[in-house]
Amino acid sequence: MNVEWINEMRLEFSSLAENEAFARLAVSGFLLPLDPTMEALADIRTAVSEAVTNAIVHAYPNGKGMVRVLGRYDRDGTVIIDVADDGKGIEDVQRARQPFFTTGGEERSGMGFTVMESFMDGVDVRSAPGQGTAVRLTKRLLSRDDSLPRRA
Amino acid sequence: MLFYERKGNALVARLSGELDHSAATRLRGELDALIDETGVTRLLLDVSALEFMDSSGIGLVIGRYKRMARRGGSVAVIGSNARIDRIFNMAGLYSLVERMS
Repeated sequence: MNVEWINEMRLEFSSLAENEAFARLAVSGFLLPLDPTMEALADIRTAVSEAVTNAIVHAYPNGKGMVRVLGRYDRDGTVIIDVADDGKGIEDVQRARQPFFTTGGEERSGMGFTVMESFMDGVDVRSAPGQGTAVRLTKRLLSRDDSLPRRA
Repeated sequence: MLFYERKGNALVARLSGELDHSAATRLRGELDALIDETGVTRLLLDVSALEFMDSSGIGLVIGRYKRMARRGGSVAVIGSNARIDRIFNMAGLYSLVERMS
């Protein structure tokens, strides 16, 4: 696939709960030139929130580490957001993606991956114990008036 | 943010702002303290002023449902929009908690 990304961004922050809102805000701002619908933007914000929260809650049980968010989009409105950490990793990704599966205790519903899958076109997870976790969220934004490229 | 008022046996709690994992952690403690102080048997969670909610909202509501159920009480969600309903329905939340408009 030969894709020409017309915009890319990279963000790195501590795995602190107060950074969940920051990550959503940053991704929203990054996507603004694409002029997404409110609905599409809310979908992406929600999915990013889930992925970032997973990293913050699960990746570093013994302290805090860094969470990275990489964003990019092409001229056709395909958006990819990668959320990655260098934490403890997921033993069984398949199982972790099941609805209601959680190791989070403290009232985590286990619905994070289900929400991501529902709101995005693609959710890919790469992880192994001790190797960190990388979640790739993909969404194709629909053009409002077919007059691509947008303002980007 | 949390605004609340007591109406007889019910506590009406109005949530606003963004309900994510960070906010849910705070709200959980505030709501539980209010439930315990007032001893109400009905908790009405008004979500109409929420600007954002992710799956943390599911955990918050189910957690309060369990707490209220232990004392023979109940929980209702008021003023949810289509997006909030979609997330709550993924977890079958409205089989435990009444949805009021």
